[in-house]
Amino acid sequence: MSEKSLQIVSLSVAVEGKQILSDVNLTINPGEVHAIMGPNGAGKSTLSNALFGKAGYDVTAGAVTLDGQDLLALPTWQRARAGLFLAMQYPTEVPGVSLHAALQAAGLGYENGELSDALRDEAKRIGFAEHFLDRPLNVDLSGGEMKRNETVQLGVIKPKYAILDELDSGLDIDALRMVSERVEQATQESGLGVLVITHYNRLLAELKADKVHVLSGGSIVASGGPELALELENSGYAQYS
Amino acid sequence: MKEIFSTASLADLDAHPIREQSVASMAGLSLPSTEDEQWRYSTLRDVLTASYQPQTSMPKVMAGKNDELVANPAATITIVNGWVLEIAIDAAWEAKGLSVSKEIAGRSQDSWAEDIFDYAHQAYTPQTLTITIAKGLAVEEPIVINNYHNGDAVASFPSIKVDAREASHVSIVERQSSSVSAALSVNVTAFDVAEAAVVKYLAVQNNGPEHIQLARIFGTVASQANLNVGLASFGGSYSRTRSDIRLAGRGATGDLNAAYYGDRHQVHDFRTYQHHDDRDTQSNMLFKGVVDDTAGSIYTGLIHIHPEGAGSNAFQTNRNIKLSDDAWTWSVPNLEIENNEVHCSHASTVNPVDDAQRFYLESRGVPPLEADQLIVAGFYDEVLQKLPVPQAHGAIASFVDQKLAARRREAAEG
Repeated sequence: MSEKSLQIVSLSVAVEGKQILSDVNLTINPGEVHAIMGPNGAGKSTLSNALFGKAGYDVTAGAVTLDGQDLLALPTWQRARAGLFLAMQYPTEVPGVSLHAALQAAGLGYENGELSDALRDEAKRIGFAEHFLDRPLNVDLSGGEMKRNETVQLGVIKPKYAILDELDSGLDIDALRMVSERVEQATQESGLGVLVITHYNRLLAELKADKVHVLSGGSIVASGGPELALELENSGYAQYS
Repeated sequence: MKEIFSTASLADLDAHPIREQSVASMAGLSLPSTEDEQWRYSTLRDVLTASYQPQTSMPKVMAGKNDELVANPAATITIVNGWVLEIAIDAAWEAKGLSVSKEIAGRSQDSWAEDIFDYAHQAYTPQTLTITIAKGLAVEEPIVINNYHNGDAVASFPSIKVDAREASHVSIVERQSSSVSAALSVNVTAFDVAEAAVVKYLAVQNNGPEHIQLARIFGTVASQANLNVGLASFGGSYSRTRSDIRLAGRGATGDLNAAYYGDRHQVHDFRTYQHHDDRDTQSNMLFKGVVDDTAGSIYTGLIHIHPEGAGSNAFQTNRNIKLSDDAWTWSVPNLEIENNEVHCSHASTVNPVDDAQRFYLESRGVPPLEADQLIVAGFYDEVLQKLPVPQAHGAIASFVDQKLAARRREAAEG
């Protein structure tokens, strides 16, 4: 298969022997934004961790391809280099390691000085104070600062597809607007395909979802357009559980 | 088991009664056992199998060439196999009251010696390099000591004494290195830090792969004075440093920080004592190390708050990363508190590279070995910032890089 898309086909995932996801199907085309919403414990973060090959998340069935490439056959770092990005719900502190040093080792192809420039440019685009870039990764950053730091990386790494795991949590209203605008721009500028995991409709005010999916009990139980997100916000997930 | 030290002539050494007395004391002593608290956990017995010839005559070898650690040092001293062979002192600092000389061994008749190595040092150390900083003098440029060892089965006994007079300031960096030969060095370094004086000392140890080094550091810190000792230990087969820091006057402070990295079969062995003899004294200790392959590290230390130590703060932290299943660490911090109006804490950790940190970096596209390299280099960042003599930090970072690069090469070669 060589068509351009991130395809998740009949994906089932177990954690410590317990089946968390069953038969999840999603196709994200370049430039599309898909939102996954669902109650706590629905398996949303399991999906993002499994897509990235995190230890402990065992794919028991199904396939995932990125522009035709078998993603599940690759170790985590090669999935990233294939064009997948994960904005983590809880970015990990890495003491003593600067963002610049980390991205320099990520094989991004920036020449001398270009990476620093790109980091500064991206920080500016989302109103992230430049001095945060010099901090060790995620160390002494507030929740909102971590999310902006993830968004800076998204802009610099320029992936083909991004999974945004609760990118909105911890962001104040202005930051939320700038971050979601930035992701929306990436969908238009570079055709970034986005899978956004969220509880709230507010992220989708600027970041226009093409499709909204309800994940409940480890399966996608409903899919629809942006109106589904509004409906969920008004009536909750009770009808889907 | 063979005798640790071959019979050596004292004829070429400056006469001092402590030499004969110490030789006599050695006769009844053998290699300390792990039953001895000071040598608990030590694996020295496994590596110290040869018999060593004390270097009691002036060595004919010269030091290996080293890159300059520091531009414009206030003084540069070369010690080879324990003998002070060269002293170059900046005339301007000398005129202001910096003195560097070699003195007859035998720091005093008071015996500080506890084991055979201590007595051997008292017997065989050829001279004591003595650095004296005059009252009120702030020596702005660091003093560099190149302490070099060469020769198979040679035992050398370097001796350094720093006498920082009232309200003086000095920074000293000692580079310890050796040839590839299997030698033994027994180093003693003593600091006498007078009232309101500040002494910063950094030892950068990158001895050859078969070298055994057994070092002792003594510090006595008077009221309002500070002694800041940094240890960076990368080389050698067995490298031990025991530090006895005594905060002897009210408001004295002591900092003791170390970065170490062991691979192959290396052992880094640290013993620390933080003695709080007087009121309102403060000591901070942070030791951070990495062990790989079958290497090991030992940390044991004691914070001792004496009855007069009210109002003191004392902190003792040892953190280790274990990069292989066969690497090992002992980390045993201890507290002895004889006055309750104090703040003390101790902590120790031994962990592999953090999976979550590695996953985070991998999720950005960083390959696992490079991720580990970044994490390990980053792990040292906290302690590097605390080490004195920042001019030498580049050299330390490059030793870490060399270790990590060797690790990557080995992994690549399978």
